[in-house]
Amino acid sequence: MELISPTEFAKETVNSVQDYFLLATQSVANLFRKPRYFADMIQQADLIGFGSLPIIVLTGLSIGAELALNSANTLERFGSLSLIGQLVSVGMVRELGPIITGLMVAGRNASGMASELGSMVVTEQIDAMRALGTDPMKKLVTPRVIATTVMLFFLTIISDLLGLFGGAMVSVLLFGLDWHQYWDTAYQTLVFQDVFMGLMKPLFFGFIIATIGCYYGTTARGGTQGVGRATTQAVVASSVLILIVDLFITKFLMAVFAYR
Amino acid sequence: MAAPPTAIEQSAPSETGASANVIVFENVSIAFEGKTVLDGISFHLERGETKAILGIAGSGKSTILKLSLGLMRPDDGHIYVLGDDVTQMREDDLFELRRKIGMVFQESALFDSLTVRENVAFRLLEEGHVSEGAIEEPVREALSFVELENTVDKFPSELSGGMRRRVAIARAIITHPEILLYDSPTGGLDPVTSTTIIELIVKQRDVYKTSSLLVTHRIQDTFMMATHYFDRKVNKMLPLPKGARGEVPMTFLILRDGKIIFDGDVNQLVHSKDEYLKEFIS
Repeated sequence: MELISPTEFAKETVNSVQDYFLLATQSVANLFRKPRYFADMIQQADLIGFGSLPIIVLTGLSIGAELALNSANTLERFGSLSLIGQLVSVGMVRELGPIITGLMVAGRNASGMASELGSMVVTEQIDAMRALGTDPMKKLVTPRVIATTVMLFFLTIISDLLGLFGGAMVSVLLFGLDWHQYWDTAYQTLVFQDVFMGLMKPLFFGFIIATIGCYYGTTARGGTQGVGRATTQAVVASSVLILIVDLFITKFLMAVFAYR
Repeated sequence: MAAPPTAIEQSAPSETGASANVIVFENVSIAFEGKTVLDGISFHLERGETKAILGIAGSGKSTILKLSLGLMRPDDGHIYVLGDDVTQMREDDLFELRRKIGMVFQESALFDSLTVRENVAFRLLEEGHVSEGAIEEPVREALSFVELENTVDKFPSELSGGMRRRVAIARAIITHPEILLYDSPTGGLDPVTSTTIIELIVKQRDVYKTSSLLVTHRIQDTFMMATHYFDRKVNKMLPLPKGARGEVPMTFLILRDGKIIFDGDVNQLVHSKDEYLKEFIS
């Protein structure tokens, strides 16, 4: 492996960050410039949204069920098993729903975008598109960014609901909790701030997933090996960034809402 | 009507002056990772002319095409394409200019998720001037030019290498561009398929008289182009009679170590006393 000087490394890092921010800004700015590719946005929304549904259904259900299963043990010790709905509800809506959905979609779609765009780069299809008078940023990047941001919002809602349902199944079937009592406590405990926080996050996460996926795809170099590297980097970078951004959003919104 | 060969002694009628030039390179230099690839090169392509760019691998042949399209920017110098300085243009303005230029990429660069029909019609659909239904006729016309009408519903992966090149040519010519750029159109193909591709390029040159830059390392292909013409009566490429030349001017540009070492016609090339050129064309 070739060693690189610290100055060179710093330069490359700054360049990469600059290029990423340029891509992210352009992807949004293109919404206000013609041509707009609505058909491509719908197609991407179908691929990203509907395509991710099975994995979101499975993870949502299992995370909710596991949350209920793990917390029930502790709650039972304090004789507060009835609070299980409350715990699952707050945990899923405020934190686990958005983060798990974000990570799942990152694993599935950031890699997909990086490999698809990366393959197009190394086979000169991106250059061909530019040569044919079409802006790849408008045609390929913006539809993916918009579709991922919008669809992650809805996927998170589905994940939250299924998590609550998974928790309900465990609570009712394993711990004999009353079905109505579970849903009543789950519903009553949620306040506007919880829902707002839970639904704000996927908007950021979706943007991160798509822009990171597209960035690594469009900057892929070095043939099939380069595409493989770009795919891995896209998943790692988007997952790490989701976790970091989540921390800051949570802290920020807690401060804004003077959280309890 | 066939392009009638003209006697080589007669001077072929050609416009002179800047307006007759569709591409002008002025002292263009570019380097990659500290290695100079093009070192202050200057040349021009006249309207209707076909210029073959030759050189060894890595001599910057394909870079010239990408620079002409504004896909890359030079470190120094100016490039005028259809009167516009592409080195100074914004990317948005370049997209407008690129619509007047067709390019055939080295490995075809067809969109692998689109069918042949969608690939060929890509530019028409993107420009938005025609409906999905109205693209059928120009697509058929472009594909019939390359004799691949029966492949419209196939995907690029279902085609052979030669067929993919032909589809790429159809995609490039569908809007009848003012300039055509060919990047090693016969690279990696067998001799028979190469001849088929060259015949299509000669057909395009002699029928539509589109100004073209053709990059290749296969000198035999360019000699074939210079010594043949397309006869529309018999729909075939035929050799020019001895001592005659085609109606469309064909020139050669040879690169070495980032510099142009030859820019002239086939007659000048074969009579060159330069040892390197002699070896290059032997």
